[in-house]
Amino acid sequence: MASTETKTTERTGLAGIEAGLDALESTAARRTPWRQTFTEKILPPVIAVAVVLVVWQALISLKIVDDPTKLPSPGAVGDQFAESWRKGELLGYIWTSVSRGLLGFAFALLIGTPLGLLVARVKFVRAAIGPILSGLQSLPSVAWVPPAVIWLGLNNSMMYAVILLGAVPSIANGLVSGVDQVPPLFLRAGRTMGATGLKGVRHVLLPAALPGYVAGMKQGWAFSWRSLMAAEIIASFPDLGVGLGQLLENGRNALDMAMVFEAILLILFVGIAIDLLIFSPLERWVLRSRGLLVKS
Amino acid sequence: MATSTTLAKADESVAHAARLDHVSKSFPGPSGPQLVLDDISLDVAPGEFVTLLGASGCGKSTLLNLVAGLDRPTAGSLTTDGRPALMFQEHALFPWLTAGKNIELALKLRGVAKAERPGKARELLELVRLKGAYGKRVHELSGGMRQRVALARALAQESKLLLMDEPFAALDAITRDVLHDELTRIWAETGVSVLFVTHNVREAVRLAQRVVLLSSRPGRIAREWTVDIPQPRRIEDAPVAELSLGITEVLREEIRRHGQH
Repeated sequence: MASTETKTTERTGLAGIEAGLDALESTAARRTPWRQTFTEKILPPVIAVAVVLVVWQALISLKIVDDPTKLPSPGAVGDQFAESWRKGELLGYIWTSVSRGLLGFAFALLIGTPLGLLVARVKFVRAAIGPILSGLQSLPSVAWVPPAVIWLGLNNSMMYAVILLGAVPSIANGLVSGVDQVPPLFLRAGRTMGATGLKGVRHVLLPAALPGYVAGMKQGWAFSWRSLMAAEIIASFPDLGVGLGQLLENGRNALDMAMVFEAILLILFVGIAIDLLIFSPLERWVLRSRGLLVKS
Repeated sequence: MATSTTLAKADESVAHAARLDHVSKSFPGPSGPQLVLDDISLDVAPGEFVTLLGASGCGKSTLLNLVAGLDRPTAGSLTTDGRPALMFQEHALFPWLTAGKNIELALKLRGVAKAERPGKARELLELVRLKGAYGKRVHELSGGMRQRVALARALAQESKLLLMDEPFAALDAITRDVLHDELTRIWAETGVSVLFVTHNVREAVRLAQRVVLLSSRPGRIAREWTVDIPQPRRIEDAPVAELSLGITEVLREEIRRHGQH
């Protein structure tokens, strides 16, 4: 039959058609050139900071505010930084707070992760503590400082307790919403492949919930850091070592506005730096590897 | 066809990849149990390609869930030769893994040793003609490529029976056509049994050795056709079109019945 012949040639050409379709329908990833990254990502915040500094200096130079105990000049704050650096205290302040914050955050992860999984997967647990857990997120963690001081005294344990109470709900809630957003199709696909029970959690549920989990971690870090600063300001005690919160409180007691500004700026910078160095790259990597982050 | 005899269970199950014996399924509804599948008896022989055809509400997906072991029948008995692999309309590939790693996960869950997995995954990718896709993320692949990776992942389970739930419904016509050819080739090469669900009559006839028509609400087997048009077929072939026309008539008659009350 003549038609069989055409069929044979068409069949050998199948691989070619397929390769053509594949090529037509795939798009190659493009790397953003460095110049574009610079003008779109780096330049704008630099300009914003420069504008703030100019306005600040203008307030001083034009004598709109001329009481240095209310508003120190940028130069005075700069000198304050330089002095802390010379005395070798600057890194000490930062490290005292950062080490507390990260250690507390690590504990919060250890507690928040299984808690989040339980709430997400066990109906009774969700009904019992789900609402409380999301409610706790809106409770300012400063509120935990007085009871924590009474229960644990003025020591590091109290700081960690406050961090945990601030961060655990965020981490657990992030994981819960991550699990809730896992498409049921993935779970079905996993089950037909034999990923049931703990295998299903490890190979399908947890990786699928990772974007929500990372978002929860990011928020958890922000809450940890805020809680810690609140704890350090309220419960400053010489024996605890001087962290950034204590530095702020010391500045206030000494009516040294330059020191207060130094502390505020450091708290801000450290919070941003940890986010930029750890959580944002982690989040971007998770989203990008799944094609969820589209370059505009 | 002879491949499935080795691992078959000791009883009479050698003769089929799946056997549904008077299977019914009902779900709780607002006014008592709602019958979705009514008295379905169906055998899929080893190496056979069967398509299940039906309009909306015929319980195709319910039936596949039962055969896949994701749900239990309300009445009747259902046996399969091992756990079937299931392929969906959406690719259901895991976006946190590369194409290769998706396949390797299926191999891992089947208990394949770690050292053998990459090589086996590459072989399967080669089978679906996606040699270069091993390290690609799911979102970097086109719709047709994703379904081929999904097919490779399903084949990685080395099941005797491959269940396919409208796997090409979301693809464009050209890609679907190519994938029909691929599926026919791979089916012939691997000797796997296929139970393929679709609402596309021509697709059913293009692919299958046997077409089973389900009626709707509740799903019952309305009629069966044996398709003895030799492979490779094309969807435009005259005998395919002719048989499709006949089946479509019966299908329309089935659907028309529902408008009468």
